[in-house]
Amino acid sequence: MSKPIIEIENIGKKYRIGANKERYLSLRDEISNFVSPAARRARAAKGEFWALKNVSFSVKEGEAVGIIGRNGAGKSTLLKVLSQITPPTEGKIKLRGRIASLLEVGTGFHPELTGRENIYLNGAILGMTRREIARKFDEIVAFAEVEKFLDTPVKRYSSGMYVRLAFAVAAHLEPEILVVDEVLAVGDAEFQKKCLGKMGDVAKSGRTVLFVSHNMGAISELCPTCVHLSKGQVHSTGCSKDVIAGYLESNQSSGRIDLTAFDADRTGDGPMRVTSLATSDAQGRIKASFDYGEPIMFEVEVDGAKGRNITLAVTVRNNLGNIVIQFNSANDTDGLKLPSDLSKIGILLPDNILVDGKYYVTVWLGDGMNILNDRAGDCLSFAVESSSQKQGRVFGCVRVGAEWTVEPSPAAADT
Amino acid sequence: MIEQEYLIAPPKRLIAINWKELWRYRDLFLVLAWRDISVRYKQTALGVLWAIFQPIVNMVIFTFIFNRMAGIGSGDGTPYPIFLYVGQLFWIYYSGTLTNASNSLVTNAQLIQKVYFPRLIIPATAATTGLVDLCISALILAGMMVYYGFVPSLVGIAILPVLLLTAVLSAMGLGLFLSAINVKYRDVRYALPFFIQTLMYVTPVIYPVSLLDKHPLAKGLMLWLNPISGVISNARAGILGKSPVQWDVLAISLSVSIAFFLFGLYYFRSTERYFADIA
Repeated sequence: MSKPIIEIENIGKKYRIGANKERYLSLRDEISNFVSPAARRARAAKGEFWALKNVSFSVKEGEAVGIIGRNGAGKSTLLKVLSQITPPTEGKIKLRGRIASLLEVGTGFHPELTGRENIYLNGAILGMTRREIARKFDEIVAFAEVEKFLDTPVKRYSSGMYVRLAFAVAAHLEPEILVVDEVLAVGDAEFQKKCLGKMGDVAKSGRTVLFVSHNMGAISELCPTCVHLSKGQVHSTGCSKDVIAGYLESNQSSGRIDLTAFDADRTGDGPMRVTSLATSDAQGRIKASFDYGEPIMFEVEVDGAKGRNITLAVTVRNNLGNIVIQFNSANDTDGLKLPSDLSKIGILLPDNILVDGKYYVTVWLGDGMNILNDRAGDCLSFAVESSSQKQGRVFGCVRVGAEWTVEPSPAAADT
Repeated sequence: MIEQEYLIAPPKRLIAINWKELWRYRDLFLVLAWRDISVRYKQTALGVLWAIFQPIVNMVIFTFIFNRMAGIGSGDGTPYPIFLYVGQLFWIYYSGTLTNASNSLVTNAQLIQKVYFPRLIIPATAATTGLVDLCISALILAGMMVYYGFVPSLVGIAILPVLLLTAVLSAMGLGLFLSAINVKYRDVRYALPFFIQTLMYVTPVIYPVSLLDKHPLAKGLMLWLNPISGVISNARAGILGKSPVQWDVLAISLSVSIAFFLFGLYYFRSTERYFADIA
């Protein structure tokens, strides 16, 4: 097979921003658009948004390709264009085989119908013929583990059973090209593993698979090659390992943020301002990723505080939003007095005991009387990733080594 | 393996209907129709009886109000209840199909946004499911014909498929048009009940067309703009046999229905590709 099974050439998809509003656009607007084409053009040009632009790549038969990118990068739009749900604005796609897309599990499931009926319904919606479904019926039921409830309306199913049944139908599709969007993000861990295994089988059976996920582990396991979309364009393609590494790197925060114009979560309007926040290692190198146990230095730059007493607090939250640590100058010092208008304050966490994960830093600046001058919430993030030799079984928010002792129990000495 | 090439490209103004593809999706059509029928009376105590409950209760009430109180008759000596019932039989199918088809795309928006299939299947399903109710309530008509001693003429039976086809085409035509508009302007949902109510008064359901003999303009408009009126008057003529079948009226109704259908289909086809974006 020389020709690629999917050829995507310069695909672009334009949406109008505010399409949500336009959905209920009044007839009056429509009439004014009709009467005055100039008004219409003005309105149209104002809010154009290219969800995809100049996207080109091709996929060979039997290849499993992962598609990664941040939210809003155009992954789902690309899948929708590929599945013919929405037409492209420009460019073209050549498909050399039947395509089936799985953008959601359980599309079209009807709660009043029984499991058995829904298998036929969902199968037909996904493009299977009745004969095909009948042939695979037992397999689907066995995979979903719902034998006993086949004749129960699915509205009485537990959510786990529902998802299992839905995925089971989809997993037994046999198109030449399978397009899957993030469906593995459902169900319990064990079922996810089973789904992943099934996807792997599909990929190994020679079918072409396009797989969108935020789960980099799943992508690298299933797909040898990867496409990284960014802002509607192809950022990079190639071997999954390299593309994923590049993606993760681009995703990381730089370790320093200029706060002069930061206004996302900013309160306080005192004369003293926090102008920047950074994380660095013990040598003062700014970075955003730390090993477990590695010292972390928080650097805060403050302006307008010459000769004044300040109170400074730096709060670290984990990705659940819980405060893990707070450093407060009022606890550790007798009050900070700043020598010059623009000063840099360093707070060193000598032994980082944080468990692996992503953390968000909030900085709080008050005067000597604890009156708030400036606060910037969750303005900087950093990650803790233990190197392989430091990995272990870790639960909880912090990881602290303990001293362990073993000795004969006093009760043993008595006998 | 059959090598087939599919091309996805920006749509042209209007693409011809892909009959081959429609045929390939016939199973989906059947399954969706079956879903709508089997779901319809789930978890109801009366079940399918609801299909005959409405026409029977309507018949009793309307006979009392329009016939006994207001003095409207059938015009040709047909007992009013059976005269009314024949009209209702088609009217309920027509109005029900129009409502279901118009709302069908919005009701199935989730499906449209997640799966590709020829969108025509959705309103077509809506037009099909009403036929089941029609058949069930036709059984009551059969009973009434026995009771009143009517024997349908051969011609009457022969034109039945044509009458049904006319009703289906005109309801589908309007339904396709309104369903496509409904995707963009939800006004349709609110305007529709009012529209259908109004439509009933300009359709000879509770009165005979002969009542309009003194108003030729109104009669002409009704005939030309409202194909279901020709269906109902000819259904009465054919099934009850009290007056002759009007072939000219039937021909006009059928042609107008076809025109409605083609117009609805054209509008639907030229807007359907953006359903997923705005539904």
